[in-house]
Amino acid sequence: MLNVETLNIPDWSTFRAFIPETVMLGAFLAALLGDILSRRRTWVPFSIVLLACVTSLAYAVAGLDIEAPVSILGQLVVVDGLAAFFRVLFALVATITVLFSWSSEEIMGKTREHKGEYYALIALMTGGMMVMAEARDFVMLYLSLELVSLTSYVMAGYMRGSLRSTEASLKYMIFGAMSSGIMLFGMSLLYALTGSMTFEGVRVALTSGQADPLALLTIIVLILAGLGYKIAMAPFHFWAPDVYEGAPTPIAAFFSVGPKAAGFALLIRFFYTSMQPIVDQVDWPMLVAVLSVITMTWANLAAVRQNNVKRMLAFSSVAHVGYLLMAFLMLTDEGLQAVLFYLLVYSIMNLGAFLFVVAVNNSLKSEHLNDYAGLGFRTPWAAATMVVFLFSLTGLPPTAGFIGKFYLFAEVMQQEWYWLAIVGALNSVVSLFYYMKIVKAMYFTPVEDNAPVVRVPVMHMICLAALAVPTLVLGLSWGWAKALADRAVTVMAGM
Amino acid sequence: MADHILSWMIFFPVIGAAVIAFVPRAKTEVIKTIAAAAAFVPLILAVQLFIQFDRATTDLQFVEHFTWIKTFNIEYFLGVDGLSVPMLLLTALLSFICIIASWKIDKAVKGYFALFLLLEAGMMGVFCALDFFLFYVFWEVMLLPMYFLIGIWGGPRKEYAAIKFFLYTLAGSVLMLLAMIAFYYNVTDPVTGGHTFNMVHMMDQANHTGLLDANNARFMIWMALFLGFAIKVPIFPFHTWLPDAHVEAPTAVSVILAGVLLKMGTYGILRISYPILPDQAAAFMIPMAILGVINILYGAFCAMAQTDMKKLVAYSSVSHMGYVLLGMAAMNEVGINGAVFQMFNHGTITAMMFLCVGVIYDRAHHRDINGFGGLMTQMPLYGSVMSFALFAAIGLPGLSGFVSEAMVFLGSFQTHRTFTIIAALGIVIGAAYVLWMLQRVFLGPKNEKYDTLPDISAREMFTLVPIGIIVLYCGIRPMVVLDLMSTSLNHLVKVVAG
Repeated sequence: MLNVETLNIPDWSTFRAFIPETVMLGAFLAALLGDILSRRRTWVPFSIVLLACVTSLAYAVAGLDIEAPVSILGQLVVVDGLAAFFRVLFALVATITVLFSWSSEEIMGKTREHKGEYYALIALMTGGMMVMAEARDFVMLYLSLELVSLTSYVMAGYMRGSLRSTEASLKYMIFGAMSSGIMLFGMSLLYALTGSMTFEGVRVALTSGQADPLALLTIIVLILAGLGYKIAMAPFHFWAPDVYEGAPTPIAAFFSVGPKAAGFALLIRFFYTSMQPIVDQVDWPMLVAVLSVITMTWANLAAVRQNNVKRMLAFSSVAHVGYLLMAFLMLTDEGLQAVLFYLLVYSIMNLGAFLFVVAVNNSLKSEHLNDYAGLGFRTPWAAATMVVFLFSLTGLPPTAGFIGKFYLFAEVMQQEWYWLAIVGALNSVVSLFYYMKIVKAMYFTPVEDNAPVVRVPVMHMICLAALAVPTLVLGLSWGWAKALADRAVTVMAGM
Repeated sequence: MADHILSWMIFFPVIGAAVIAFVPRAKTEVIKTIAAAAAFVPLILAVQLFIQFDRATTDLQFVEHFTWIKTFNIEYFLGVDGLSVPMLLLTALLSFICIIASWKIDKAVKGYFALFLLLEAGMMGVFCALDFFLFYVFWEVMLLPMYFLIGIWGGPRKEYAAIKFFLYTLAGSVLMLLAMIAFYYNVTDPVTGGHTFNMVHMMDQANHTGLLDANNARFMIWMALFLGFAIKVPIFPFHTWLPDAHVEAPTAVSVILAGVLLKMGTYGILRISYPILPDQAAAFMIPMAILGVINILYGAFCAMAQTDMKKLVAYSSVSHMGYVLLGMAAMNEVGINGAVFQMFNHGTITAMMFLCVGVIYDRAHHRDINGFGGLMTQMPLYGSVMSFALFAAIGLPGLSGFVSEAMVFLGSFQTHRTFTIIAALGIVIGAAYVLWMLQRVFLGPKNEKYDTLPDISAREMFTLVPIGIIVLYCGIRPMVVLDLMSTSLNHLVKVVAG
């Protein structure tokens, strides 16, 4: 006897909370259709996806003032403060990526194929990331993670004719499949142990019964491997530099903020919901602390040696995962707020830095540091924005990066993890060295006479300015943005 | 402008920099004039501060207090006392003079002057800020312009010098950042009961809780702050960035580096470390005195070994900052007053020396001490001005350097007799390297190569004479400056020495 009640068919009032991701997923189909029907006129899918991004962003922003968590499909997905916050972030990142892809030679160059599908895939991936931030069940976790991953593999290999791009795609996929498998194994063990597929159910089971600490530790390690791969945490970060270097730069820019933030959303929801009760039995925060130290130290030291700006930024984005993990493992509301705020700041400044690489690549066809000589005088305004992004990534006032790092360190200090704070702070000093290598090349190295002219497209200049201004403004007046992050944590489901 | 005099001193240069950003690149004269005007206003305000400052009270004056970020209790809190006013005077004066001294810059003029004004704003902010967070922001904001000023307009090894300066300073400041956070969480605001960055609340020991009740933790925090400030001073063995940065930087930037930036280290110790952690300061007297003596002697010996005039002046700064440390270690009224007065005097005297070195470098395009000879006959006016500066550096009675060094020795002799006697050797070595340089450059047979060198120009005299007058006047009537600071500093001594 079929009972309609148990089907959990969402009615309109609950469905309204899920408009942003619905718009993105709809835009994916519409863009594909539009691409075909318009006989591959790229502006059609571009406009559809851009419109969808903006609409989605508007709905996501409107959804920020959510009062209580809303779930559909039972416990599978939930829109709460955390999800609402991340949706805004993803929609914002997607909008900017779409905009600057339009003037990027790597995406829109004459020899490129399937330009329309590129935009469609961005829409699909953004929708997937939004679902990742909402998943609270292992099935949904895995589905959303794979949706984002599979799209990523395709996008990494977008430049079909390029050996580097194809290699990046293959590497990404092999790594991804491997770590997904490991994570699945961990999840199945957890299911065997608790008999539940939902984060909440796992939490209840673990709180009520005494589980074997060794089994729990194994599960945590296995699941960390899967999620750690997504956020590029050491020692699962090896793919990141190769993929970022090989993939077209706009895609690398998107990867370094979008899926990474989505991975963090999942990490936060899973560990804060399910693994918080067992801190007494398994000291997993210490495990994460060690991994965080390894991540940032390794990445920073590796970045120092790079001469390819894209690869350097790839290592830098790995290093930032280390900083984020520091506050993540504090298991406090303040720590979580610091993580969210930093993710917002990081997305803006990191996207900006990558975007500058895109803009330069358009004219120079190179990401090598030597070709950056004298850019500060060849394209003064764009280079000035890059300086803002690099100072912000280092964490120097008066930029947003400083404020973000300040909150991370403040929470780590308050929870009395002094050694972790000191390691993190010294890592910032190391990072200064390689960020300044770029500044040095741009401003201190003399320009050669036959150096090609760098012409930054108007669209890129607008995007750079649109990212540089908030990077500076958030360094001076960040109260309102921090309030968003604080609110996201307050209205979080299952805390 | 009268109400928010400190804010105007900080932000007027920022406005100037913003205006410069919109002036067409080719109009260099306009840019320079705007820069000079933007630096002149703070100088006028500094004079007003000097006149209106009440010398009889230990209270903070010209206070501006607003909430900046409410949720984290960060305040925009400015104010001055006897310790900061002399530093503000020095900053305003040297910034203006350096803009005039930079008139001949021809590479990327726009960027140079805009960055210079930003640098001035950062320095002013450091000396005014009474909220630790605000202090830190200003402290760090200076790094960016300084890095570019050395890196773009510097000498042959500018890239190395710039990044070395940056890395050293940042390493110090991140430790300071952690100390700041530790203060924040362990100091309660007596009014609201929450945490606070307010330095005045931090100075009140009754507000200390948690970590700040434990001696070990206090020692660790003291050391973190001390390292941060020591790198800036610079105290041996963290001084190695200084000769590189000073030598590679363009003249005006060297003046600011030596004249103002080095003072921030000792200012930070006196403004933050001493009053907030007086017990640790008292316990650290001996190491501080030893470090002071090392700085004096080591700096002096290194200076003696130099053949580059600028490097010699740079190492003499290391030596002279040693006197400041020794005076601070004395922990008595004479010593601390002498130390702060020495900070002021070193700022003016070193500025003169660097400017003088710049004058000869602009003409001869090298600074090799052994490459000159008999310049006194070729450039008599220049020779006299340089000699004046060098004698002031030795501590010739009648000039300001003598008064402050004598005060430092008077103070430290009471507490650290042996160290003071050893340190006094520094005076002799100081005279040796200065006179030896004077002899090689200005006396002896004239080097034929430099027969055509023109004497010092009116513009250059314009930068040197005002400082010279101050050096002379402070040597004859030191109370002009000492009056400003003695009330506040004597109060500080009472707090620290109990």
